[in-house]
Amino acid sequence: MSENKNTPAGTSHEVTATERNTDVVHAERFTDPGLHPHKLRLADTDPQAAKRTERIVTLLFVLSVLGTIGTLVAYVAVPPEGPTSSVRLSTLLLGLGLAVSLLGIGIAGIHWAKTLMSDHEMVQERHPMRSSDETRDGAVADLNVGIAESGIGRRGLLKGAFISALALFPLTIAVPLIGSVGGDWNISKFKHTLWKTGMRLAIDPSGRLIKAADVTVGSVFHVIPDVTQEYRESHEWITEKSKAVVLLVRLKPEDITSEQGEGWSYDGIIAFSKICTHVGCPVALYEQQTHHLLCPCHQSTFDVANGAKVVFGPANRPLPQLPITVDDEGYLVAQDDFAEPIGPSYWERLK
Amino acid sequence: MKALAARRHHRFAPAVLLLLALLVTGGVYAALAPSPASADTASTADIETGKKLFQANCATCHGANAEGSPGVPSLVGVGAAAVDFQVSSGRMPMQMSGPQAISKPRQMDEEQTAALAAYVSSLGAGPAIPTDAQVDPADGDIANGMALFRTNCAMCHNAVGAGGALSEGKFAPALWETTPRNIYQAMLTGPQSMPVFNDANVTPEEKQDIIAFLVDQREGSAGGNALGGLGPVSEGLWGWAVGMGVLIGAAVWIGAKSS
Repeated sequence: MSENKNTPAGTSHEVTATERNTDVVHAERFTDPGLHPHKLRLADTDPQAAKRTERIVTLLFVLSVLGTIGTLVAYVAVPPEGPTSSVRLSTLLLGLGLAVSLLGIGIAGIHWAKTLMSDHEMVQERHPMRSSDETRDGAVADLNVGIAESGIGRRGLLKGAFISALALFPLTIAVPLIGSVGGDWNISKFKHTLWKTGMRLAIDPSGRLIKAADVTVGSVFHVIPDVTQEYRESHEWITEKSKAVVLLVRLKPEDITSEQGEGWSYDGIIAFSKICTHVGCPVALYEQQTHHLLCPCHQSTFDVANGAKVVFGPANRPLPQLPITVDDEGYLVAQDDFAEPIGPSYWERLK
Repeated sequence: MKALAARRHHRFAPAVLLLLALLVTGGVYAALAPSPASADTASTADIETGKKLFQANCATCHGANAEGSPGVPSLVGVGAAAVDFQVSSGRMPMQMSGPQAISKPRQMDEEQTAALAAYVSSLGAGPAIPTDAQVDPADGDIANGMALFRTNCAMCHNAVGAGGALSEGKFAPALWETTPRNIYQAMLTGPQSMPVFNDANVTPEEKQDIIAFLVDQREGSAGGNALGGLGPVSEGLWGWAVGMGVLIGAAVWIGAKSS
C-alpha cells in the first residue's frame, strides 16, 4: 500500500495490470446494449384499465378481510370437538379462512405493485469497494496507536491471561454438549434383556399369560415379558420392552428344519427376537404359509422354520431365538435370556 | 270406487300407481325371501346342497372329499367361518392361480354360501360364523382397538388399514371395504398368508375393538384428505409435484412483467 503511494502512478504494478486487462476483455465482449426502451403497460395508457385494476386490487383486499372474519367466525362457531368429521370441518374452515386472508393480501400487493406502481427502469452504478488510500492509512495508524497504548507487547502476564480466558471459554458450551450426547455409554445394557430363566411370556399389549395350548398352528403372538402393570407404566419399561419384544409362532413340529439350540422350542412353538439384525426395525410381517418373516424397513426376510436364517435382504445374521419351555402350570416360560445380543451389530457386540 | 274411477286420469295417477306397485313387490319379496341360514341351524338338506355345490365348484382343487392336494389346503376342520370368509368375499372359487386369491364380486349367494359352510363344517369341527352382535362396531372400544391393531396388524395392513405389500407378489389387502364379519373371520381363521389370531390371543371382545377401530378409520382423518393413508409415497408426490409446482408458478407470476 505504502509502496504504491511512493511509486509514480505510471509505473505502478497494480494499476497498469488492471487497465491493460480491462482493455483486452472489452474487445472480446459484446457491447453493453443498455436498457430496453420502456414499454408502457395497459394501466399506464388506458385510465379505464387502471381503474379496473384498482378495483381488482381493492376486491382482493376486501376478500382478505372477509377471510379473516370467516376464520374468526369458524373458530367460534365450529369448535374441533366431537366426531372426526367435525374436527376435520373445523380444520378445513380455519385453513381456508387463513388461506383467503393471507393470499388476499399477498396477491393484491403483488398485483398492485406490478400494474399500478411505477415500473420505470432505474440504473444505480456500483461503487468501487476499495477505500481511498488516506482512509486506509488512517485506519492502520489508528490501530498501531491503539496497540502501542494498550501495552500488550510490554505486559506479558496480561497477554497470557487474556488468551487463556478466550481459549477456555468455549468449554462452557462444548463440555455439556458433548457430555449429553448419547446420555448413557453403558454398552453392556445391549447384551441383556428382561428375559431370564422362568420368566413367563405375556401378550402385548394386554399382558395376559400364554398357555402352550392357546397357541394353535398358524398362530402368531406378539410377546412381552410378564412384568407388573406398574412397571409397564414406567419409563424404564419403554427401553426394556424395545429390547425384549418377541414373536411367537407355532408350526407343525415336522416343518421345523432347524433351530438355534437343541430343545429351544416347545412342540412346534418357537420364539424369535422381533428386533431386526440389520438396523433394528421390528420384524413382524409373518407369512403363515411360507413361514417367512419380513422386516418392513428394508425387506430382510427370515425363515422361521429354519432357525430364522436370512433368505433375502440386507440383514446379515439370523434373528436371535428365545429358548422357551412350559412350567408346571402349562404357561410358556423362557429357559434363559437370548444367547447373543439382540438387534443390529455394534463394535463391542462379541466382546 | 266412483271417486277413484273419476280420478284415474289425474296427472299424478301414474306416479301413485308406480309407488303402490313398488310397495307391493317389496312387501312380497320381504315375506317370501329366504332368511340367511346359519351353521347352527344347518339341516341335512343344507349339507346335501352344500356337498353338491362343493363337488361342482371346489372339488377340482380341494379334492372330492375336501382332503386337499399338494399346494391346496385340506378343508377338514377349517370351520364355517373360513368358508364364509373365502366365499362371501369372492376369493373362492378362485378364478386363476397366482400369488394369492383376490377378492372379487361373490359368485355364491348367501344361501349357497351357507350350504357350503354347512357341508364343510360337517366334515370336522372348526370356528363358527360370528353373530351380528359379535361383530357390531358400535360396541367396540376404538382406543383399545387401536392399541391391538398397532401391535398385531399394522405391520402388514398399514396403520389405518390401507394395506401393504408382502413378498413375491403377495399383499395384505386394504380393509376400507371389508365387512366387519369378514374382518372377524379373517382374524379367527388366518386366510392365506395371514396368521391365525385365535380367541386366546385376541379375545372376541378385543376382535370387536379392532373392528370398531377399523370402521372408525373409514370416517377419514381429522386433518383432511389422507391421500390414501399410504404415507410418504402419496404425500411426497403431492408435496413435490403439486406443492412445488404451485410455488414455481407463483414465482414465475411474481417475476413476470405486467402487460
